[in-house]
Amino acid sequence: MKFSLRSLFTQGLTGHHGWGPQWRSPEPKPAYDAIIVGAGGHGLATAYYLAAEHGVRNVAVLEKGWLGGGNTGRNTTIIRSNYLWDESAAIYEHALKLWEGLSQELNYNVMYSPRGVMMLAHGVHDEQVFKRHVHANRLNGIDNEWLMPEEAKAFCPPLNISRNVRYPITGAALQRRGGTARHEAVAWGYARGASPRGVDIIENCEVTAITRDAGGAVTGVETTRGRIGAKRVGVVAAGHTSVLMGMAGVRMPLESYPLQALVSEPVKPVFPCVVMSNTIHAYISQSDKGELVIGAGTDAYTSYSQAGGLHIASHTLDAICEMFPMFRRMRMLRNWGGIVDVTPDRSPIIGKTPVPGLFVNCGWGTGGFKATPGSGHVFAATIASGEPHPIAAPFTLERFTTGRLIDEAAAAAVAH
Amino acid sequence: MLIIPCPHCGPRPENEFRYSGEAHIARPADPEATSDAEWADFLYMRSNPKGRHAERWRHIHGCGRFFNCIRDTVSDRIERSYPAGTRP
Repeated sequence: MKFSLRSLFTQGLTGHHGWGPQWRSPEPKPAYDAIIVGAGGHGLATAYYLAAEHGVRNVAVLEKGWLGGGNTGRNTTIIRSNYLWDESAAIYEHALKLWEGLSQELNYNVMYSPRGVMMLAHGVHDEQVFKRHVHANRLNGIDNEWLMPEEAKAFCPPLNISRNVRYPITGAALQRRGGTARHEAVAWGYARGASPRGVDIIENCEVTAITRDAGGAVTGVETTRGRIGAKRVGVVAAGHTSVLMGMAGVRMPLESYPLQALVSEPVKPVFPCVVMSNTIHAYISQSDKGELVIGAGTDAYTSYSQAGGLHIASHTLDAICEMFPMFRRMRMLRNWGGIVDVTPDRSPIIGKTPVPGLFVNCGWGTGGFKATPGSGHVFAATIASGEPHPIAAPFTLERFTTGRLIDEAAAAAVAH
Repeated sequence: MLIIPCPHCGPRPENEFRYSGEAHIARPADPEATSDAEWADFLYMRSNPKGRHAERWRHIHGCGRFFNCIRDTVSDRIERSYPAGTRP
């Protein structure tokens, strides 16, 4: 059913009993044209664009847990595209442009809110790096501007710009088109868009093996719900990518780390934007429910525990309390961890693998949510045509052999 | 926070240590005879297992020495530690 003022009104007259499930929960068929492993935002977006733009409708999305229950439901919902290198700027800006029209395209309110993402500088080194980013972004047609501390405080009144703290704020880079979106709604919206186009979303279906023929090409997957055939398999499994690719004998340049986030008790609107500080390591925004959403760091060691050390979260809260003294007495409601797959150059891997028919979209590390629509869009094109989409082309697995890395880690455009 | 058994100093809290990645990755012995794919494997490819993981730690706020641990990456329990240069 299409959501509209008319459908809302009609349902209102009948007590809202007529809203059905928003997507089907079918039994798996014996074979599909393509299988996507992982029903998170990226996987569902991939399936949606395969069906909506490439006519590949006989698609299954296999999920070992529940839809959107991995990092899609665990991130801090921040969207921005102010990355340094041309390759990164292209893909994140591609995603941001899709975000801007996503609620209309999906007929589902993903609550994209371009409230502005402000990245704080705490010294001359930060200033130089961020100003370089501002200039590089503008050359790529991406909005980013430099603010003095007083301007930063005018944009975000709770900010403490006193010089009398351990890491005084010396300026900020602001991307006004950056912001937040409701993370579950993105998964739900793509699932709702994909399902009527023929995509089978199959939850509680863990892939246990990837099967191949004598020539090495993919023939399907073994799952906890039986064997499912497909000549094209796309792995979109975030922290578990190494495990899945290992089933096809492919070693990956990935390490999986727990990344933590936490939310406070809900309060009235007090925080108008997103604020990030890479230097003292904190990021914060306020959800429409009123909770402060706070992102902490990764643990030092690889792990699949979906938890994280308390000292990591408390380190971030120290920084939050210094930047925003008004939050010192707020109570935290919940904290959790998600397993992020980190590449050596902190850029994603999107494209083909040495195994014919096997595609991978991974390595988004600590910042994949913002890329969800763009990632799914270019990955769908890659799977449909068998060749990388132009925006995805630099993000190959081969770059670790050729040496053409996209080194966003050293560029410090990203947190961590 | 993990309690990590340094083979030289005994069990100490995690924040005394620096994690140093997967253990037992040997640098290619003959660099000029090493292919690009072998360099990529040495430099970037990691086993990243879900389960038992051999990894290096350095006790930077203690004895300063590198050593190896076997840790389960699901439970984060450390099975054992052993000095650098030895095998488990």
